[in-house]
Amino acid sequence: MRRRLLGVMAVLTAGLAAAVVLALSVGTVGIGWVQTMAILGANVLPLPVFWTEAEETIVLTLRLPRVLLAVVVGSALSLAGAGFQAISRNPLADPAVLGVSSGAAFGVVMGVFTGFGAGAGVLLLPLFGAAGALVAAVTVYGIASIEGRLPIQTLLLAGVVVSLFFSSAIMVASALIRAEELRGIVFYLIGQLRLTDYPTLGVVVGCLLVGTGLIYLQALPLNLLAAGEEAAAQLGAEPERVKRIIFVACSLVTGAAVSVSGSVAFVGLMVPHAVRLCLGPDNRLVIPASLLAGAMFLVLTDTLARTVAAPVEIPVGAVTSFLGAPVFAYLLRTRYRGVYP
Amino acid sequence: MKAVEVHDLAFRYRNGRVLDGISFVVEAGEVLGVIGPNSAGKTTLLRLLSRVLVPETGKITLFGRDLDALSKREVARTVAVVPQEFQVAFPFTVGQVVAMGRYPHARGIGFETGEDRRAAEQALEETGTRHLAGKYLDQLSGGEKQRVVIARALAQEPRILLLDEPMAHLDFNHQMEILRLLRRLKAERGLTIILVSHDLNAAAGCSDRLLLLKGGTVLTAGRPEEVMRAEILESAYGCPIWIGTDPQTGMIRILPRP
Repeated sequence: MRRRLLGVMAVLTAGLAAAVVLALSVGTVGIGWVQTMAILGANVLPLPVFWTEAEETIVLTLRLPRVLLAVVVGSALSLAGAGFQAISRNPLADPAVLGVSSGAAFGVVMGVFTGFGAGAGVLLLPLFGAAGALVAAVTVYGIASIEGRLPIQTLLLAGVVVSLFFSSAIMVASALIRAEELRGIVFYLIGQLRLTDYPTLGVVVGCLLVGTGLIYLQALPLNLLAAGEEAAAQLGAEPERVKRIIFVACSLVTGAAVSVSGSVAFVGLMVPHAVRLCLGPDNRLVIPASLLAGAMFLVLTDTLARTVAAPVEIPVGAVTSFLGAPVFAYLLRTRYRGVYP
Repeated sequence: MKAVEVHDLAFRYRNGRVLDGISFVVEAGEVLGVIGPNSAGKTTLLRLLSRVLVPETGKITLFGRDLDALSKREVARTVAVVPQEFQVAFPFTVGQVVAMGRYPHARGIGFETGEDRRAAEQALEETGTRHLAGKYLDQLSGGEKQRVVIARALAQEPRILLLDEPMAHLDFNHQMEILRLLRRLKAERGLTIILVSHDLNAAAGCSDRLLLLKGGTVLTAGRPEEVMRAEILESAYGCPIWIGTDPQTGMIRILPRP
């Protein structure tokens, strides 16, 4: 088990590294992958310079921040998806489908609205996002749960309702916000990776690390929850405590991701599903593998989003929805056998 | 040695169903059959014994230790439950489901130790499910699935096994298979077994003593031949009942009469 985990992580880390190099080298100006790696490596190794200054600027200043952002947002959304799926015992749970991303976006808009949109206040926006996400997650759970169970129908409907509510709230808020701030707000609705400054990215990474730790420590109890809360309790787990931890941790990482990218849908649905298909449903593998696979997935989809119709960029959220909606429909038709326990 | 002592137990659900004034004792290594009509409180009693529910008043002790004073994992190392329904939301294999029974013994992140693997292997072996280890739960027949759920409980290495309707939905052959398995577990592991069943014949056949519940209270308790009497069962179930003896085995047979 431990060796299998290490093997999987090694393969996925290599895959992620390859995806990052690919993402850095393609674009309006193509840069060879050897040069790209050398430009990256020159930060730590004394390499002979065989690239132009322009190439270095493109890789390090224009492309790298966005690729790093894709890494962080992709991992965060996949992690949150894996966590929500485990506690809802439902493979269709995804931060966007559950309305949690909308709640997070509303939290961020509230942060901007109350004056945290500029200066050092920007560093707190991920936490505003997390708070909004938590409110949405707890609301969805409250609406959807029937005698401690989460039937798929009520869960999806509750997600739709909460999502619509917060989207409307964002529109109302943006109508009240001054025009110059409005442009930024619109990003939260489409789901696009914007260039972010490194301090903000640092805060988001911090949230992601804390969330990952909290969720991974619950990996084994999350496995037990697959057989229902009573069965988990009879094995000595504490379902209520596990659910609280997962709600807080998943909201934290979703909120942090949404604060820099807006709502990118279906990443949290597709990635953990693909991981479970390859590795089985054991959360001790699924959680860390989803983290790396999610990063790889979003780096590649964002590369597609900015190159497929170049020089026009498509929001990455549109690309993930194009891919994710059919997967969602497929899962709904095949994986859904009545109400889960 | 007394495995379970229940003293004046009371519990009330929000929807009004209750258990009241329940007292009984189960000796170590004994099989207690809990019988009674629908909504007598049989499953609720199992939930209280496994600490999923907390009683309003009264006291439960397991091997002389107060259930209140035990941690959740300590409870799960003493008592294992085979529930009436068992479904798993994601495609875990039989081997993985049985290994989940090791949770009360796990430390840290919970990677399996050699001891965990040994206990899970033994549980698969004893229930005759080793060959199913790579399969998924929804690929199994009813009898196979029930044995896998029992294997998961055995992997906990409990001293007390609680079973809720373990023979429901099974055909005769598989019912007898479960009964033989329970007898063997009692003999070989020295397990104390508490078994809830609607099947009076099976309960009478495998229990050392019976506890007859009705409307949340104990109607009668005693050895099967003391409890399985027409006037007692008729007052519990409210219908005419015939009681006889199997001429070949001498076992008590119970039949409702229309």
